[in-house]
Amino acid sequence: MAEEVTMNPYLPYPAVIDAVTVESEDGNLKTFRLVLESRQDREKWNHTPGQFAMLSIAGKGEIPIGIASSPTEKGGLLFTVNRAGVVTTALHKMNVGDPIGVRGPLGNGFPVDTDLRAKNIVIIAGGFAFTTLRATLIYMLEHRQEYGRITVIYGARTPGMLLYKEELRAWQERDDLDVHITVDREAPGWDGLVGFVPTIAGQVCPSPDNSAALICGPPIMIKFTMPPLVKAGWTDSQVYLSLENRMKCGIGICGHCNVGPVYVCKDGPVFTREEVQKLPVEF
Amino acid sequence: MSIVNQKIGGEIQTIASSLLESGEVAAFLGYTKGSLPGMMRPYVARDSGEAGNLSWSSFCVINLANYLPALLRSVEPPRRPNEPPPEGQLPKVGVVATGCWSRNMVVQVQENQIDRSRVVIVGVSSRGMVDRRKVERLVGNREITAIEEEDNVLIVRGKGFEETINRWDAVRDNCKTCLHPDPVIYDELAGGLSGDRQIPDRFHEVEEIEALSVDERWKWFQEEISSCLRCYACRNVCPLCYCPTCFVDDSRPQWVGKSTDEVDTALFHILRAYHCAGRCTDCGSCESACPMGIRMRLFTKKLQKDVIELYGFEPGLEADAPLPLSTYKVDDPEDFIITAGKKGDQK
Amino acid sequence: MKPLVVEKAQAGSWLRKLCQEFDVFGPVETKKGFYNWKRLDGTIVPHIPQGVAKVSIKTFFFPQPEVMFEFDARPTDPEAFRPIEPHCDFNPRVLFGVRPCDARSVALNAMPYREDPYFQRKRKETTIVAFLCEEGCLTCFCTLTGGSPVGIEGADMAVTELETGFFLEPVTEKGLRLLDYEFFRKPTAQEKSIAQERKKGAQKSVEDTASKLRSKDLMDLYNAHFWAAVAESCINCGACTFLCPTCYCFDIQDEALRGKGRRIRYWDSCMFPLFTQHASGHNPRGEKLKRVRNRFMHKLKYFPDRFGPISCVGCGRCVRDCPVNIDIRQVMEGLMEV
Repeated sequence: MAEEVTMNPYLPYPAVIDAVTVESEDGNLKTFRLVLESRQDREKWNHTPGQFAMLSIAGKGEIPIGIASSPTEKGGLLFTVNRAGVVTTALHKMNVGDPIGVRGPLGNGFPVDTDLRAKNIVIIAGGFAFTTLRATLIYMLEHRQEYGRITVIYGARTPGMLLYKEELRAWQERDDLDVHITVDREAPGWDGLVGFVPTIAGQVCPSPDNSAALICGPPIMIKFTMPPLVKAGWTDSQVYLSLENRMKCGIGICGHCNVGPVYVCKDGPVFTREEVQKLPVEF
Repeated sequence: MSIVNQKIGGEIQTIASSLLESGEVAAFLGYTKGSLPGMMRPYVARDSGEAGNLSWSSFCVINLANYLPALLRSVEPPRRPNEPPPEGQLPKVGVVATGCWSRNMVVQVQENQIDRSRVVIVGVSSRGMVDRRKVERLVGNREITAIEEEDNVLIVRGKGFEETINRWDAVRDNCKTCLHPDPVIYDELAGGLSGDRQIPDRFHEVEEIEALSVDERWKWFQEEISSCLRCYACRNVCPLCYCPTCFVDDSRPQWVGKSTDEVDTALFHILRAYHCAGRCTDCGSCESACPMGIRMRLFTKKLQKDVIELYGFEPGLEADAPLPLSTYKVDDPEDFIITAGKKGDQK
Repeated sequence: MKPLVVEKAQAGSWLRKLCQEFDVFGPVETKKGFYNWKRLDGTIVPHIPQGVAKVSIKTFFFPQPEVMFEFDARPTDPEAFRPIEPHCDFNPRVLFGVRPCDARSVALNAMPYREDPYFQRKRKETTIVAFLCEEGCLTCFCTLTGGSPVGIEGADMAVTELETGFFLEPVTEKGLRLLDYEFFRKPTAQEKSIAQERKKGAQKSVEDTASKLRSKDLMDLYNAHFWAAVAESCINCGACTFLCPTCYCFDIQDEALRGKGRRIRYWDSCMFPLFTQHASGHNPRGEKLKRVRNRFMHKLKYFPDRFGPISCVGCGRCVRDCPVNIDIRQVMEGLMEV
């Protein structure tokens, strides 16, 4: 028999753009702060770092974007958006005060309150995939005593392409955090690390003991980051990855994002490398 | 048993086998028997043993030219998408070609889709391919469990019946009006040639529709496409449709809605037909592939007729004749351009 | 629920009555010689053909397109984006003359669509009257998929044709509702036994393909040697997926005109290259082989691993109408041998 479905999971919450920050020198990365309009929706909203939401622009469509803010941050949800397709291009043209729809939170997120608790954490990010790891890092810093050593390795092509520059600076100042920021090539005015993320990861080479690594970035970066970690004794079950695939419904029905038997939108986007290794390479 | 097809099938096997054995070709594209009566499956043999699976019958309805560009790429050494092909002769493939298929290969050569020097064409003179839906209609749409083919008749069997039907009665409409059953280009032949045919009223299907009023024609068109599912079998089976992203799939800008809205569906069929003007050889693959029995061939047939009338041109007959719609001549006819004050019932 | 019988002479009156209360659809022969689903007006009792209608009954559950909601589409208007769900745009429906395979497809699709309000609403408002099969077609293979020619899964009422009447067995409350008239009588003992016998005769040994495939290693099936050969002839059209009653993938899109917009969903097919293409241009299933494999793996391995049964009811539409004769039965056979 048909079951009564009372909630429509396809309906977005009405929201408003509250702030826009241009993140990258090429202008293709912007961070939008969104505020849900109704108090009820705001109170109901509760996400885990690593989850994503579908952003709706009336007449243009929907896109899945990782939530860049931590649930501990008040005052709105942050989304850092790369201008690529129809919807993101339209979003980049929007301003403070413009209406937008938000559907979520969707997916599983990082196990910040379970498997990652009391572990030493290594966050490795390349390019604009840093967004949900920012959410994770902020969350962990809010609950600093719950985690062991925290190491951050983050790289971008150029200094101007680094996200959240002010926060990066602040994090580097902290002594309960080990932060390594790198850019691909020497650049004027840059006195930080130079080199690809995998190289830096190999040099920093954190110990695998009681540790977990959260890696987000382009597939090629992930591919080359693994060998130095494996060499240092890391196993696949200690490594968490966030997959990306084309998503439409966000709730595991429409069929677009499957990687073999799993739906990235529903069963992911976060998987351990051990889980990913058992899947067909369709991401 | 059809002696003619048996002979052609045997010769295809022998030629394919020796081409594969000698290494002259890396793959051979033909047909193998299907799993249902009246169905053949396009098939690629990659060694002389597999050449034994090749077969020929009156049900080879899909134009093999469609597979050629991808098959040629598949035998090249692997390389990245934008990397140029390596120097020197690349591996060849063999392919069976009837009149219309070979003409599509000529068009593919003209449009730089295939390299003639890499294709070994085994020509077959087509006796006209059979439309399995016509066979079904000829036996009253009863379920068919077996079709046995003889040279001029088909013996059709089902639960509790056996009927012998005239093969020509079940031949596809495009084949019945075909003037050029012989391959235009070929390197080897399987079976003999039969020469061009004379058909005085080969556009009668189109003329019947042209004789209708504008409203009636529109109604006919809409009814014809009303069952379209937008599965794109007609497009995907067509050797002319090779755009990397088809206009119906494009999202920036989005030209056509993606659902089965009647305007969107009409737009798809009209534009697809126009894209084929001056290039279509009336091979009939689109109609044979359509699961819904839409006669979209009549749209391209009308354009075939127009191109003959306007430019005196039939595609694929001569390797160096320029394609009329991709070349400009000062005296090109332009009567078909509808300007203000000249609207109306244009043919 | 007790079975009843309607005499054939009375069947027309019953159907007329149903047409007054419901939107009734049945398979009607079109001029192309196919059977397709048409709204019945009660003037004719449709002849239920052997085998299935051209298009599956998924058209009733997944409209092409389906409006998910409407909104004001001026993207800069601060009051703009308030999604408004459309009203239920159909009356309660009866699908008359559905074959057991199609009825079963609705039960299978309900598994992934458990939380989909649009599908569930339609299912609630639709009564499926299934005509049990006396004989299969050349392309039928329901018993290989866990179904049966006399199966009632997904149906609200099961109908067995007798010589002078129809033996009607309500399966659900919705089905029982259709018997709320005066056209029926109790079946005779003989009629009951005929219906029973018919069922026994038709209930051939049902193969447990699903549990066999579930027990196999996923990557072994994924890496089976025959995928390249299966994909070789495929033209990557969507005929198989669009005709299939259990292919349920969709895409979502916004349409906007003059300040008014609607979000729609419509059928999509994993056979199409753009199905998986990222905005960056990267395509996880960029090659035809991967797409062909995904369609079969989804039906025969991913779905059963998640939900139990295979996502195929053996209606044979894809077998019959694949332009290049790709036959899922041969693929199943191949996978069973891995």
